[in-house]
Amino acid sequence: MLKDITIGQYFPGKSLVHRLDPRVKIILIVAFIVMLFIADSFFGLGVGMVFVLGAFLISGIPFKMMLKSLKPIMPLLIFTGLLNILFIRTGEVIWKWKFIVITELGVTTALFMVIRIVALIIGSSLLTYTTSPIQLTDAIERLFSPLKVIKVPVHELAMMMTIALRFIPTLIEETDKIMSAQKARGADLETGSVIQRAKALIPIFVPLIVSSFRRAEELALAMECRCYHGGEGRTRLKQLKTSFRDYAALAVTAVFIAGVVFADKIDFII
Amino acid sequence: MSVIKTEGLTYVYGEGTPFCKTAVDNVDLEIEEGEFVGVIGHTGSGKSTLIQHFNGLLKPTSGKVYIDGEELWKDKSRLRDIRFKVGLVFQYPEYQLFEETVYKDIAFGPKNMGLSDEDTDKRIREAARMVGLKEEIFEKSPFELSGGQKRRVAIAGVMAMEPKVLILDEPASGLDPKGRDAILAQIREYHQEKKNTVMLVSHSMEDIAKHTTKILVMNKAKVFCYDTPVNVFHRAEELQQMGLSVPQITRVFNRLKAAGVPVNDDVYTVKYAKDLILSMLGKDNKKVER
Ligand SMILES: Nc1ncnc2c1ncn2[C@@H]1O[C@H](COP(=O)(O)OP(=O)(O)OP(=O)(O)O)[C@@H](O)[C@H]1O
Ligand SMILES: [Mg+2]
Repeated sequence: MLKDITIGQYFPGKSLVHRLDPRVKIILIVAFIVMLFIADSFFGLGVGMVFVLGAFLISGIPFKMMLKSLKPIMPLLIFTGLLNILFIRTGEVIWKWKFIVITELGVTTALFMVIRIVALIIGSSLLTYTTSPIQLTDAIERLFSPLKVIKVPVHELAMMMTIALRFIPTLIEETDKIMSAQKARGADLETGSVIQRAKALIPIFVPLIVSSFRRAEELALAMECRCYHGGEGRTRLKQLKTSFRDYAALAVTAVFIAGVVFADKIDFII
Repeated sequence: MSVIKTEGLTYVYGEGTPFCKTAVDNVDLEIEEGEFVGVIGHTGSGKSTLIQHFNGLLKPTSGKVYIDGEELWKDKSRLRDIRFKVGLVFQYPEYQLFEETVYKDIAFGPKNMGLSDEDTDKRIREAARMVGLKEEIFEKSPFELSGGQKRRVAIAGVMAMEPKVLILDEPASGLDPKGRDAILAQIREYHQEKKNTVMLVSHSMEDIAKHTTKILVMNKAKVFCYDTPVNVFHRAEELQQMGLSVPQITRVFNRLKAAGVPVNDDVYTVKYAKDLILSMLGKDNKKVER
């Protein structure tokens, strides 16, 4: 169960997508989201889909991983779909049973929403698959650094994010371990009433919290030992540089945005 | 009948991902009741993975596991009962403590078994005695104990369930030499007193040689051999080739033999070696026992 969580999972690689400047990748993702939201026809969405699937192909990430990233949001997709199908009552009725009315508009809207969410998830998981968490927070720090002028602690926030991301897999592993250890002592996590199950979580959460605090303390100590003192005057081992391929990627994305607008127009004419 | 039996047991971590890794590969094993089995192998050879199959914490990717002749995973509702039969103490078990007091923490297992308060109390006291915990600390919080004491509490927590098979994953790692000897001696005492099966994973050949009746050597996810200490240490060269050592004293005797001294080659504990040498020198003519 815990193994299905793919947030922050990075697949090292050397593809074009991997080598893009992470700042540019974040900008591209924002552009992609804009693309999805200005699209108001299936044609427009189709163009967006082609864009993200193309990027996925170039990245060389196995398609299985894409499906895996969709698995956790399945309930959300089903919920959105059903909600739209059941509650949109305008348009041509295609099926009717007692108080349930399904209209053509309901079905198309449901489909539209589901595709939009799927595209969103694919795009953002492509970002985390091809960008290491360190690069990602680095890029975020750089992109938001103008906010330092109005005293937003950008570096500190980015550092907190880096640490949080770094510890997600560790925490998952730790939770797995503690769960196994308590199961070995006969803890029953699967059966019983809601209250019993909530109680059964105590033997897992207490050690988890205790060890998280221990880790945090150790980490703080280790950082202090290396004279960490915040972002002031800190230099970097890896400088972010934009190159020709970043501009090319931006240009391609711009073309696709234009494509979405154009596709919507075509749909309108048809 | 063997208490633990596996047939073609295979386990793959992260199956179907780019990171998949076969940690246990086609293992056939039969462990008789009452043995004290030492499990040894290089880091990453699959020891921890293997033992987690014996109480149904991991489900084999393929192959079968039988406990007391009963096939695991055939009926999922039986798993919990099997976990009471096969007690598993994890590596660094002190991180699983969670109760307010030591007493309550040791009681967690027996309580889960549905024992009465009276029986639970009896078992807690006995388990605490076996691991050398004083009753004064029963009302202390487990978080204010020393590392070695925490370890003992965690081991007592599993011992109190009185499992038919007790498996310990490196119970002595990270302890000082005195603490390590004490814990291992207590585990041996437990084995002798209860006459049940004990399995001990360790990196130390000396510890394993000193305490066990059978040795299971793992190498690269496979079982290299499962035999008595004498037979295992006979294969010193093969063991050394895969990065494992034989006990120091065995090496000494192998060298003596190579140098032409007529000594036995089944020596793997210091005590036996001492007695043997004394008798050879004619200083001690009582019969030499291991
Ligand atoms: N949760 C996991 N996910 C993926 N791979 C794992 C996991 N746990 C162990 N492995 C891999 O399986 C192999 C066997 O691991 P295992 O922990 O069983 O070794 P071990 O013999 O107990 O080693 P050690 O002596 O260091 O404790 C290792 O190569 C390890 O990298
Ligand atoms: Mg291990």
